[in-house]
Amino acid sequence: MASTAKAVEPVISAAWGKPQSWTLDSYRSRGGYDGLKRALTMEPAAIIDEVKKSNLRGRGGAGFPTGMKWSFVPKDSPKPKYLAVNGDESEPGTFKDRYILENDPHMMLEGIAIASYALGVHTCYVYLRGEFKFQAERTQAAIDEAYKAGIFGKSMLGKDFQLDCYVVRGAGAYICGEETALLESLEGKKGWPRLKPPFPAVVGLFGSPTVVNNVETLASVPPILAKGAEWYARLGTDKSGGTHLVCLSGSVNRPGVYEVGMHTTILELIHDDQYGQGMPKGRKVKAVIPGGSSAPVLGADELDVALEFEALKMKQTMAGSGGVIVMDDATCMVRSLWRVARFYAEESCGQCTPCREGTPWQTRLLRKIEEGRGEPGDIDMLSNVASSIAPYPPIGLGNTICALGDAAALPTHSFLMRFRDEFEAHLREKRCPFGEHPWGSYGDWS
Amino acid sequence: MAEPLFTPEEQKKFDAGIAEILSHYPSDRKSAGMLPALRLLQDLKGWLPPEGLRLVAKNLEVTPERAYEVASFYVMYHLKKPGKYVIDVCTNLSCSLWGAEKMLAYLEQKLGMTAGETNDKFTLRETECLASCGTAPCLQINEDHHESLTQAKLDAILARLS
Repeated sequence: MASTAKAVEPVISAAWGKPQSWTLDSYRSRGGYDGLKRALTMEPAAIIDEVKKSNLRGRGGAGFPTGMKWSFVPKDSPKPKYLAVNGDESEPGTFKDRYILENDPHMMLEGIAIASYALGVHTCYVYLRGEFKFQAERTQAAIDEAYKAGIFGKSMLGKDFQLDCYVVRGAGAYICGEETALLESLEGKKGWPRLKPPFPAVVGLFGSPTVVNNVETLASVPPILAKGAEWYARLGTDKSGGTHLVCLSGSVNRPGVYEVGMHTTILELIHDDQYGQGMPKGRKVKAVIPGGSSAPVLGADELDVALEFEALKMKQTMAGSGGVIVMDDATCMVRSLWRVARFYAEESCGQCTPCREGTPWQTRLLRKIEEGRGEPGDIDMLSNVASSIAPYPPIGLGNTICALGDAAALPTHSFLMRFRDEFEAHLREKRCPFGEHPWGSYGDWS
Repeated sequence: MAEPLFTPEEQKKFDAGIAEILSHYPSDRKSAGMLPALRLLQDLKGWLPPEGLRLVAKNLEVTPERAYEVASFYVMYHLKKPGKYVIDVCTNLSCSLWGAEKMLAYLEQKLGMTAGETNDKFTLRETECLASCGTAPCLQINEDHHESLTQAKLDAILARLS
């Protein structure tokens, strides 16, 4: 398909790929830190209002309105307040925040400065997943530049406002992307999620009010302050402002991170020349996971849907972290779900019984079915196990403290709902119908 | 007498590192420095020996059990001495759609070991998503990313590991 999707003026990715785009000089030459300059002339409450009016929603997965989250922080707390940046980026299919950190870290740092000034925060921790060694080094170099330029440190662009900012690397645990587990990890503990309420805005890091925002969310703040909330809101839909990054991976010709409008559909993302450039030769789409591996899978006839929070919610799935994974007609759905299930079994923190016991149980059943050893009743058992972790359709959170339980159960529910015939074929034929090639066969490793 | 944990130079680096880490946290929250302190130790020794864990715990004013609890929770910490090169191969969904399982099988055959094993030179592990889904398949060698791997590219990388 040629380019028919409406192109968007990039807001976040404009400088990516340009020489030295990660330096302060480059960022300033593009109007960088103008948003902060404007913010410092405003009352903190007015900044929060501006972000509310922009309809910016969190880009980490839950899509919570950012301005509203900021407004939950008590103004008169005697305790220090903290900002924690969530750069744990570990949801399978998600790889956008690393591009911000690699290509334009100052955009996030300016967002941190604006948020901290608006919230009265004097200490910010940027929590990056442990595997992001290079990204952590680049972020630290940008922070060093910001200190030298008088943006961080004792004063902020000449204004009497102190902000210190530190990078903390995790050490390999998906659960630490869950905001309360992230706070536990920042406190130097294993990443066991906390019961909510109290929410972090009231009782967060070190028992103090804390805002946890995703990297892309904070990188979206400077343009809002520089160009105004109305401009930003108009780019998006009624309920979700701006543009956003989506991560396209799996069976497409051109995987990658693309900045798209909220109106862009999954079909456009896969086929448009600006984006995925279609499927590998001779292949058809079978299934798409639209928002990271936790999001319920969609079938081939359900893809004319905008990659946007509300539109995907209408399809009983979610926009999540923007990770769009495409599977083609040569891909085995049992094998795919087995691999996803193994991920959740590996990453379950072990705190809640339904998730700790249920996730390996799902994995064992799926392996048995994929290897042709499935017995009558196994598919229903799989469905029951998933329901014991989190019932379907979801009624709030499942039977666990955090959403990892739901994230582990939703793929199972949705794969069984849409592709049950493939599971039954494995039982009937006592083998995987895709034989030696459950992942299809193209590319260098076929 | 048991061999000391650190050489004098390592000791200096460790002490300076701990002081820097502690300066990032409120003075009554020393234990918050656990993750960076364990990383500091691992960067110096290549793994987390028991006497090192005790030393980290002492510096952060917590029990050694607490240090062990954290060290054993996160997969990037090595409680046993790994090979000189730790190879972490992602086989999650997006990578497997680009041949990651076959790439892992090739590595196993080429290195003569199965995922999960360690010898003096290599620790080979299957790992979870490394946020390189758009440049699959991928792996990390001692925390350095290698992406969009073909067999020729992988062979060239392995040839450089002495």
